[in-house]
Amino acid sequence: MTTSIANTASSLPGETLADPLTGKTPDGGTGLPPAVSVRQSNRSLLHGLLTNKKAMTGAAILFVFIALALLAPVLFPDNPSKITGMASQEPDAEYWLGTTAKGQDVLALTIHGSRSSLFVGLTVGFASTFIGILVGLASAYFGKFIDEALSLTTNVFLLLPGLPLLVILAAFLPPGLGTVILVLVVTGWAGSARVLRSQALSIRSKDFVAAAVVTGERPLRIMFGEILPNMASIVMGTLLACIIYGIGAQAGLEFLGLGDVSTVSWGNNLYWAGNEGALLTGSWWVFVPSGVCIALVAFSLALINYAVDEVTNPRLRKIRKPKSDKPKLTQADQPKPVPTGKRAAA
Amino acid sequence: MRFILRRLGFYLIAFWVSITLNFLLPRFMPGDPVSRMFARNQDRMQPEQIEQLRKLLGVDDRPLWEQYFGYLHNMLTGQMGVSMSRFPAPVTEVIGSQVGWTLLLGGTALVIAAVVGNLLGILAAWRRGGAVDSALPPLLIFIGSFPYFWLAMGALYLFGVTLGWFPIRHAFSDTIGPSFSWEFVSDVGMHLVLPALTIVLVSIGGWMLGMRNTMIATNAEDYITMAEAKGLRPGRIMFRYAARNAMLPSVTAFGMSLGFVVGGALLTEVVFAYPGVGYQLLAAVQGLDYPLMQGLFLTITAAVLLANFLVDILYVRLDPRVRSN
Repeated sequence: MTTSIANTASSLPGETLADPLTGKTPDGGTGLPPAVSVRQSNRSLLHGLLTNKKAMTGAAILFVFIALALLAPVLFPDNPSKITGMASQEPDAEYWLGTTAKGQDVLALTIHGSRSSLFVGLTVGFASTFIGILVGLASAYFGKFIDEALSLTTNVFLLLPGLPLLVILAAFLPPGLGTVILVLVVTGWAGSARVLRSQALSIRSKDFVAAAVVTGERPLRIMFGEILPNMASIVMGTLLACIIYGIGAQAGLEFLGLGDVSTVSWGNNLYWAGNEGALLTGSWWVFVPSGVCIALVAFSLALINYAVDEVTNPRLRKIRKPKSDKPKLTQADQPKPVPTGKRAAA
Repeated sequence: MRFILRRLGFYLIAFWVSITLNFLLPRFMPGDPVSRMFARNQDRMQPEQIEQLRKLLGVDDRPLWEQYFGYLHNMLTGQMGVSMSRFPAPVTEVIGSQVGWTLLLGGTALVIAAVVGNLLGILAAWRRGGAVDSALPPLLIFIGSFPYFWLAMGALYLFGVTLGWFPIRHAFSDTIGPSFSWEFVSDVGMHLVLPALTIVLVSIGGWMLGMRNTMIATNAEDYITMAEAKGLRPGRIMFRYAARNAMLPSVTAFGMSLGFVVGGALLTEVVFAYPGVGYQLLAAVQGLDYPLMQGLFLTITAAVLLANFLVDILYVRLDPRVRSN
């Protein structure tokens, strides 16, 4: 690995939006299995996840939300923004979660809201991770000038304060769903690029990559056929973290009224709750559901993320000094936008 | 020294990028914010306002590169123009009146979260599998999963509206003018509790887990075993040997958070109508006050970069490896 200590210092934590207090994991690199058999290691990752309680809990919660999002038009065929009842009704048998100050059904709003929130979260997550993979692989494979230039760009984007940048960008762009996604990807890709680059760098220096270079494999094939499959677990961790970031940041942006206020989403529900004074009138049922949904989805993704860590990183599973009882959570990351844990150390 | 210079160069580049971004955004964005703003403020604008806006936003007949250098010069000399929504106050003056509140709120929250979080992390790593280690991380992770602003709303509703323990908006009561009296200071303190508490709650988990994870690695080092073999007191080993060496990532995180606090507390400030730069930034966006918006963004960026540079200097002091490199 070519990263110098100076570089490490610079590339310590740097999250884009929610929270930059990243811890560096104890073991710089990941507990990557040696590249003997990629397929086998990936299968054991899958198997490990399927037998991991945290992963399954997370997956179950996520599944429920995805099902609700898909079924929303069936469960509530009406336009959720339609005014159906009295204003600010408390939860009762007819309106399970009460009504807003306008008289809309909160339950319908919440369930329909999951569509936009999950869609944006997933899109932003996949797009940011994809850019991160491209940048990380190119950086690691080509090295030298390309690496310098890409790393500089990544680090600058990491350092620019995410939320203010988000606000500025959203203010200048025409409002709409596309803008929200674009803005979130612009502010979110750098974190994943950095993590993936460090990982790709450490794999780049392995013998089998050198062997592939010597045998004259094409660069693209080496990047995507040799290096990428060996990063499967970290790519997955990055993806999960990016989705969490996407969902949270979208909600934040929309809460500020900078999203597309005409769509129904969890962030917009909260924006309207704030706007209509739900807090001051004591209508807790208007703002609680959407927030809890965001938290549950983020939590479920974080759970899966920890499970990935646990399965792939034996250090975090094993307890060095056994005390009386087992810790419930032996993982080492935090549920924050950009994947942290697994940076390869210098 | 080379390290410091390299970092300085990096921060200068980052700052240049943010100025350039500021310059380019209004000029190349679709949707033409300039005409949007002109349309909205037409009747209320003074001729000199229109003139300076034209310059600032590039509705200007000069060639682009000339505009660019003019803009760079203006920004670097602190001429950020005049605020639109608070005409005729200069942008720098508006920012100056806000920045103190953000520093107060952010600083308080950051210091509390960092100190308590790191201590908890040290304890958790020291007694792996103990009560602190098994109960707190999942709980804090769960709390950390909530959106910032939502926790703020919850706190405001619960402690502000329902229980009425704390004031729900602004940084001090209207009835008391700013002064150095006990009354005013305690009033400010009361207004600070809820916003600061929200930030602490959300961010403390990150500190704790970060510290815990580094410290677990440190605990496995030979010099810890050596210290134990020498029969040193556990408390001494914990703080002077293990925690001290595990501090470095936390120090870096601290720099990052300082900047994050200036901008990231934005949502909290908005919920509590706390008169800091974040609240002002949103107000500027809503009022289409582009000069103020840009000024705030640059100020926040500059604060982030400066904080990180200071941390780098501190880092050199703390980590001899950087010096020898």
